[in-house]
Amino acid sequence: MVTFTLNGQERTFDGDPDTPLLWVVRDFEKLTGTKYGCGVAQCGACTVHLDGMPRRSCITPISMVEGSEVVTIEGVSGKEADAVKTAWAGLDVPQCGYCQSGQVMSAVALLQMVPKPTDADIDGAMAGNICRCATYHRIRAAIHNAASSMEG
Amino acid sequence: MKFKLAFAGPALTGIAAACLFVTAGTALSPASVAQDANADARTLRPAASFQSIANEQERSVALFTEAGKVIQHPRCVNCHPATDRPLQGASMHPHQPPVFRGDGGMGLPGMQCTTCHSAENIPVVGQADTVKSIPGNPAWHLAPIEMAWEGKTLGQICQQIKDPARNGDMTMDELVEHMAHDELVGWGWNPGAGREPVPGTQAEFGELIRAWVDTGAACPAS
Repeated sequence: MVTFTLNGQERTFDGDPDTPLLWVVRDFEKLTGTKYGCGVAQCGACTVHLDGMPRRSCITPISMVEGSEVVTIEGVSGKEADAVKTAWAGLDVPQCGYCQSGQVMSAVALLQMVPKPTDADIDGAMAGNICRCATYHRIRAAIHNAASSMEG
Repeated sequence: MKFKLAFAGPALTGIAAACLFVTAGTALSPASVAQDANADARTLRPAASFQSIANEQERSVALFTEAGKVIQHPRCVNCHPATDRPLQGASMHPHQPPVFRGDGGMGLPGMQCTTCHSAENIPVVGQADTVKSIPGNPAWHLAPIEMAWEGKTLGQICQQIKDPARNGDMTMDELVEHMAHDELVGWGWNPGAGREPVPGTQAEFGELIRAWVDTGAACPAS
């Protein structure tokens, strides 16, 4: 039995301890905003926050999550999350949208750590989030916009 | 076969003799020599076996050269890169996704080692045969840039790891301890499914380094 906090609520999982966190979130908790992309931490679509840090849920056994706090795209909150959501909508960042929950989770984590990121900071933090629609230019611009909006 | 041969005429006996000849020939073929070389690449000679080299300096160099089978293995060099980007895989290609050194060799804000790597190797399922696990260790991080081994000869690495300015300010005893017992060094012998471990055992490796230090820590010329 694994006990953890998911978007602020205590949850338990008593299945196979090797079950990836991604499958627990999607199949058992029915929170399908977090996406399966590659299954091997190469694409970033499954990014969640684990104890406040970005983490690829596809390669995170649920046993590793015991006692931890997990936040998904459905539960992410705070000034950075608000700023990112507003900036994303303002620039109409997504195209197909499949990778975007992972992009948003990485962007929010970056802004929590680096409130005013440079292009290099953004490239460094977002390099593991692949977008087949190549919306990278809008992602970078939206992160700058989100950072600027938090200053005022 | 033996039963048939017992009642066979000279012709069949001749074929059997030919088979034996072919078998003996196979044992000495280039392919089997290569297999022996492969086996040699997976093991370490015991430090004691170097006692047969009378000259102490030559023995020291030979000991370090044997330890070099571990030191220059991709499992070790991949995280001793010459740039800020780790290498990956047996082919030692630049790490994918692109990640960079960051503070303490633990990655950049938002893309740290722990974004993907765990405290242990994590098997993956339902993937191509070429991807069997995500490597991990509690201390997962890059070696500092002054400890870069990528692109260096074994002789250069040897001089480097004796230099306190480039070995984390370790004494030789501390270096032996690091090689013999450090947990992240030890990961090289337990790299997870789909990855070739470094040769031998960490204990054997530690004994080679100990014996190398005890014989004057001489370095290969190149």
